[in-house]
Amino acid sequence: MRQSQRRFLVKLGIVATVAAIAAAGGGAAFAQAKKYDAGANDREIKIGHIGPYSGPASAYGAIGKAIGAYFEKVNAEGGINGRKIKYLTQDDGYNPAKTVEMTRKLVEEEEVLLVFNPLGTPPNSAIHKYMNQKKVPQLFVATGASKWGDPRNFPWTMGWQPNYFSEGRIYASHLLETKPNGRIGILMQNDDYGKDYVNGFKAGLGDKAKSMILSEVTYEVTDPTVDSQMVTLKASGADVFFNVTTPKFAAQAIRKAAEIGWNPVHYLNSVSNAAGSVMMAAGAQAGVGVISAFYLKDPTDPQWQKSPEYAEWLAWMKKFHPQGDIKDNFNVYGYTVAQTLVQVLKQAGNDLTRANVMRQAASLDMTLPMLLPGVKIKTGPADFFPIEQEQLARWDGKTWVLFGKTYGQ
Amino acid sequence: MEALIQQVVAGLANGGIYASMGLALVMIYQSTHHINFAQGEMAMFSTFIAWALLQAGWPYWGAFGATVLISFAGGLAIQRIILKPVEKAPVLTNVIVFIGLLVIFNSLAGWIFDHTIKPFPSPFPKFTGAGKLISGHDLGSIAVMLVVLALLYSFLRFTPAGLAMRAAAQNPESARLVGIRVSWMLGVGWGLSAAIGAVAGMMVAPVVYLDPNMMGGILLYGFAAALLGGIDNPWGAVIGGFIVGVLENLLGAYVIGTELKLTVALVLIVTFLTIKPNGLFGKAVVTRV
Amino acid sequence: MTGTSATVVPRAGLPKPVILALALAGLALIFIAPFLVKNYRVFQFNLVLIYAVAILGLNILTGYNGQISLGHSAFYAIGAYCAAILMDRYEWAYWATIAPAAVICFGVGALMGFPALRLGGHYLALATLALALATPQLLKYKKIEGLTGGVQGIVLNKPDPPFTFELFGSALNQDRWLYFMSLALTLVMFLIAWNLLRGRVGRALIAIRDHPVAAAAMGVNLPVYKSLAFGVSAAFTGVAGAMGAVVVAFVAPDSFSSFLSITFLVGVVVGGLGSISGAIFGAVFIQFVPNIADHISKSAPWAIYGVFLIVFMYVMPGGVAALAHKLLQRMKSAS
Repeated sequence: MRQSQRRFLVKLGIVATVAAIAAAGGGAAFAQAKKYDAGANDREIKIGHIGPYSGPASAYGAIGKAIGAYFEKVNAEGGINGRKIKYLTQDDGYNPAKTVEMTRKLVEEEEVLLVFNPLGTPPNSAIHKYMNQKKVPQLFVATGASKWGDPRNFPWTMGWQPNYFSEGRIYASHLLETKPNGRIGILMQNDDYGKDYVNGFKAGLGDKAKSMILSEVTYEVTDPTVDSQMVTLKASGADVFFNVTTPKFAAQAIRKAAEIGWNPVHYLNSVSNAAGSVMMAAGAQAGVGVISAFYLKDPTDPQWQKSPEYAEWLAWMKKFHPQGDIKDNFNVYGYTVAQTLVQVLKQAGNDLTRANVMRQAASLDMTLPMLLPGVKIKTGPADFFPIEQEQLARWDGKTWVLFGKTYGQ
Repeated sequence: MEALIQQVVAGLANGGIYASMGLALVMIYQSTHHINFAQGEMAMFSTFIAWALLQAGWPYWGAFGATVLISFAGGLAIQRIILKPVEKAPVLTNVIVFIGLLVIFNSLAGWIFDHTIKPFPSPFPKFTGAGKLISGHDLGSIAVMLVVLALLYSFLRFTPAGLAMRAAAQNPESARLVGIRVSWMLGVGWGLSAAIGAVAGMMVAPVVYLDPNMMGGILLYGFAAALLGGIDNPWGAVIGGFIVGVLENLLGAYVIGTELKLTVALVLIVTFLTIKPNGLFGKAVVTRV
Repeated sequence: MTGTSATVVPRAGLPKPVILALALAGLALIFIAPFLVKNYRVFQFNLVLIYAVAILGLNILTGYNGQISLGHSAFYAIGAYCAAILMDRYEWAYWATIAPAAVICFGVGALMGFPALRLGGHYLALATLALALATPQLLKYKKIEGLTGGVQGIVLNKPDPPFTFELFGSALNQDRWLYFMSLALTLVMFLIAWNLLRGRVGRALIAIRDHPVAAAAMGVNLPVYKSLAFGVSAAFTGVAGAMGAVVVAFVAPDSFSSFLSITFLVGVVVGGLGSISGAIFGAVFIQFVPNIADHISKSAPWAIYGVFLIVFMYVMPGGVAALAHKLLQRMKSAS
């Protein structure tokens, strides 16, 4: 071969090799490409949601609406990694049979990527097995029952909010620290939510539960008032009151306690501690001294209304959810849980398989603007309880004053 | 002892709530011989209208009066427009129409006014009399209910219009022959019960807080109260309401506990009705073969 | 008088072979339908079949015997819990739970018949409504929580089909198998009802509804027949409840509120009082119209449902069965 031909061949060889490496490298880049399960593609991510928009629990329908409004904001800002969210929300009326039907519709007909924030323990119990059999994420369920953090047996289900059982324990431990000889009266809603709180409270009291609890009365959501129950509790001689009621009945209970001149140490569950719609409705002075646990910022609390996070939340409400009530803390809940899902999907990048969604959901470590300072969202492969921290606060007639330590890890 | 008195008084306060709903049901029954299952939701909707007027700045009694008038007109309109086509249809067909109205009002209220609870003001002075036993509002609303009862009773019993209304319900054919405009009597009957329902709702809302599901439980108790007292007797509805309220409280506090008090109360009422099938003060209806 | 037969065959009109072909095509469609649609639809079909049996039960009492009941959600719940407890706590097979559910509900229903003897009209409505309201409370009662699961309810396992089968590329899975089970059950219950109601018992029930005094004068034993009507009606709805528990694979007190009773009543009236075939239409209505209403308006779907109800009552006050009967009469007289 002549010298020029050899040089040409060598140059060709180098170019070919470089091209091959480039192709291989580029090919590898393309191989880290997009992976999709049903409900996700280049343009959109389908998210299913079920909530009680009708029936006795219809007040909680506000959460589903807030979530939808937040996804609108995300879409208006370009979506997640360039994909828009398609939000499909269904009404189950808090009827577990309907929840089963709607879930199957979302999974089998609409073919959503995941089912997000279904509400209530009986509805979620009804679809628990199905979701895990079908390997579809049942993500960030809207109930505080403690059974949703069980990755070994139910790897496709994850809770979100601090569970009621551990919140009950927090109140119990505070009580044992401050008033170990208290005589306790309990008012609870006669359903899973009530039972969970009370079981946690009793577990926190340990052996002293039997001796400290004098009276335990229940009510149904169809009862017009809880006045009779309050009279019974006062008559029992209790000087500590554990109030496990939903907002309407919480307001009634606080008001009635003041009316009948009963002034116990009053622990109120976090579902019903909204400053605007509960404490003020009961009469601002009636609830002075009431203690409750918090993980979210209350939008009617003046101490948060000065903060930039609140301003951002308010701007979102005004632009994307104008018909929502700015005094309703369900709108803060919906905002924050939606942000959590958005973070998970962002982390998932181009791998939008259901398995990866769960993997990302199990690797969260962050805070969000409307969570209380000091409260984090943290998950791991064995830790399916995203939010476990709460702080106690005392009502002073105008606002909730935080005190003490942050409970939980 | 003090607790017992407090339970009884709380029961009377609740009973007043049931009684006012029962009155509305008696009114509709007296004028149409139907029980309007949508009565509770209509009352709730009227209360929301009052709330909206108050939010717009109206004074309380102005909003109250306007709501009563609007409710009367609304009830009349519903009967004339929606119920007229099924006037001659069987009872159960009418019942389904009532159920339709029930879900429509409930759904519309949720859509227009949303589901968060709203406080509703009371026009009565805020005192807690008799050693913190009973509040100003409880006394006031019982007084209002008794006034409504007196007006209703005298209307039905002593006025020609009331007589015409009862005749139209009991025997439409003969009533027509005597010159009574039966259709319009039915409409007026609906208007009056809607108005009574509005008053009931506005008296109840300050106690139980206003939201679309406010009246669901109360309607059932009102139904029990009206039947216990005798469905054709306004006095019966009131006394029935008080009995139901006190009975339920005493059962819950002293007999069976709160978990089963509704069940036991209902069992007792039904047992009583089997002994006295027309209620406490109802008239026995005798059918000729 | 509305028709009491399970299938209405017009006498004149289409020629016999065409009718036969249509009937066979219909039957074939019923059998292959579950293989043509997704599982979720099959689940809905199962619910329709089950509600049809429940509505049929209520119809026996209210349509044929004139006793109004707002309490049938209680019998549905009792049947469902019977099945759930037997399957979950005592490991019974799902098909064996149907008979005990029927027997227990018959007993409870007949017991309800006693106060019913003294009460009529609105008073009976209240008494049955009381039963519907009491049932969720009783199911939640903590003293029997060990048996009923309390507020948490009982989660069940769906039965697997006993053999494998494929048609049009769809396998015979759990839902499709349950479709055929529910279909068989529905056919059996409809046949029982048809037999019962076209004979002496049926005539006695109708006589009691139309003119109780005359019926008594003619020798019909009112207390026995009225209690029997309650018992049989409760048994039918209880059987539906038991099958429902298997199909949904979950029972909880929240599934059986008094609104379910009202829904059954809607189904009976929309389908047609005193009509057996009407029960299917009623079931289709209560299962699918709320979903259609949801499509039409997301913000106030139940308002749309209410409008549907009212319009239905305007157009067919006697229910679908009565309308169908009228149309067939007109076809007959026209030809």
